Amino acid sequence: MFLQLYICELIYYIILASKNRTGTKKAVISRRLDTLFSNLNDVFQFLMRFFRETFLPPYEFKEVVRQCYEVGYKSLPLITMTGFITGLVFTKQSRPSLEEFGAASWLPNLIAIAVVRALAPLVTALICAGKVGSNMGAELGSMRVTEQIDAMEVSGTNPFKFLVVSRVLATTFMIPVLSMYAGFVGLMGSFINVNDEEQTSYTTFFQQAFDSIVFLDIFSSLTKAILFGFTIGIVGCYQGYNSSKGTEGVGKAANMAVVVSMFLIFIEETLIVQVVAVMR
Amino acid sequence: MEKVKFIPDTNKSVITIKNLKKSFGDLEVLRGVDLNLYQGENLVVLGRSGTGKSVLIKVISGLLKKDSGYVHVLGYDMEKIVPKELQYLRRKIGFSFQNSALYDSMTVRENLEFPLVRNRRNLTRKEINLAVEDVLEGVGLLQTINQMPSELSGGQRKRIGIARTLILRPEVMLYDEPTAGLDPITCIDINNLINEVQTTYNTSSIIITHDLTCAKATGDRIVMLLEGQFQRQGSFDEVFNTDDERVKTFYDYNFVK
Repeated sequence: MFLQLYICELIYYIILASKNRTGTKKAVISRRLDTLFSNLNDVFQFLMRFFRETFLPPYEFKEVVRQCYEVGYKSLPLITMTGFITGLVFTKQSRPSLEEFGAASWLPNLIAIAVVRALAPLVTALICAGKVGSNMGAELGSMRVTEQIDAMEVSGTNPFKFLVVSRVLATTFMIPVLSMYAGFVGLMGSFINVNDEEQTSYTTFFQQAFDSIVFLDIFSSLTKAILFGFTIGIVGCYQGYNSSKGTEGVGKAANMAVVVSMFLIFIEETLIVQVVAVMR
Repeated sequence: MEKVKFIPDTNKSVITIKNLKKSFGDLEVLRGVDLNLYQGENLVVLGRSGTGKSVLIKVISGLLKKDSGYVHVLGYDMEKIVPKELQYLRRKIGFSFQNSALYDSMTVRENLEFPLVRNRRNLTRKEINLAVEDVLEGVGLLQTINQMPSELSGGQRKRIGIARTLILRPEVMLYDEPTAGLDPITCIDINNLINEVQTTYNTSSIIITHDLTCAKATGDRIVMLLEGQFQRQGSFDEVFNTDDERVKTFYDYNFVK
């Protein structure tokens, strides 16, 4: 997943270097390519270390549970609000177009497909990239620059396992849960609008909504949410764990955690949609 | 307060460093450092900011990798040490950071428990509590046990930082600027604590500082790091009894002559 980002970066560097007409074109390309491949190698090493440390004992169960609470429970109000508003607004905006074709009764089906297949995982992931990803980048970044991570290391403990593995596992577990919850809340928002306009009952609305959803929709939605959760965790932790240059570095880590994870989430979304379309 | 002179047994070296070199890019920080830390002694490394004092102890603790040279710590060659051995070795080395590096999100109790529960997994809750309270009492801060680091003063943070390293009963202590940023009275308290740690826990210590009062109060032997190498070595008076302008300037500015 980081590969796409780096390919884009590579193209950007090459374009930038080709525009440089001061006579140092080769040197610029060479230096930037060096940095690029060095960064790529760092990301790869970080990922490999994550998988190794995840399966090797000792395990930090308590910290994983604490992080699940931080990521999951503490994001609930925000997810509730955004999920509800998404469902409500999407229904309200879709109604006029469907009414033009006399298809307003299809609203529950349309909303269910849109929410389950795309909106719930995507909105949850984007909200969490902003809230959780930036938090991880800033927290680990400040721990790095204030030598707290070094202090863990010299006391014979494994900071990577305690800080990184627990956080990445927490986002990987909790984003799918939050995504399902966001889906439910989004449908509730939609139901309120439909009920208000057409006096459709709760049972009729949800029966119609679930009739249009198949197993593949739920499966692809959960797969996306798991992948998004992993991306948010790993990007946030990578940026924070490797931050430097004092407070400036902490700010940069938090910022990069959000920007890179959002970028990757959209790329993953696009790829998964293509794969699911082939499977359908 | 000048401490009673300790005569180390020069046959028992806990840390041996030969021709250590370390650079950051083009900047050569350590240019061939030779050092022996003997069993039970407090060795003070003096030098101006940016001369590589902290780099030296970070290389000793394995936080930084050397470029070349020989570093031998408690029987382990840092060149050939494997991760498991390094983790074991680190339990025997206490590192007190310049800014204390207390974990912000944990209480004092949790800060002290953190290394203990992860290195001695068979301890009961009662034993852990006892160890935490014992070491906190040793640094005179038992009353802060449930406080957060943000609620502590600079001096208290330093003491808790030292207590956190002592909980694993280290054989070697590395102090990075222990009195930096503290008022003179608190500096004296920290100096006394360093001496207490030496006698109570029988540790051998390297104290990195540019504070001559701290050096005089805690050091059994003093070395002066100048231009990436140890230029002067001996007791406090031996080090500063010289015509070397660089050393004299360092002394004069410390005591505002």
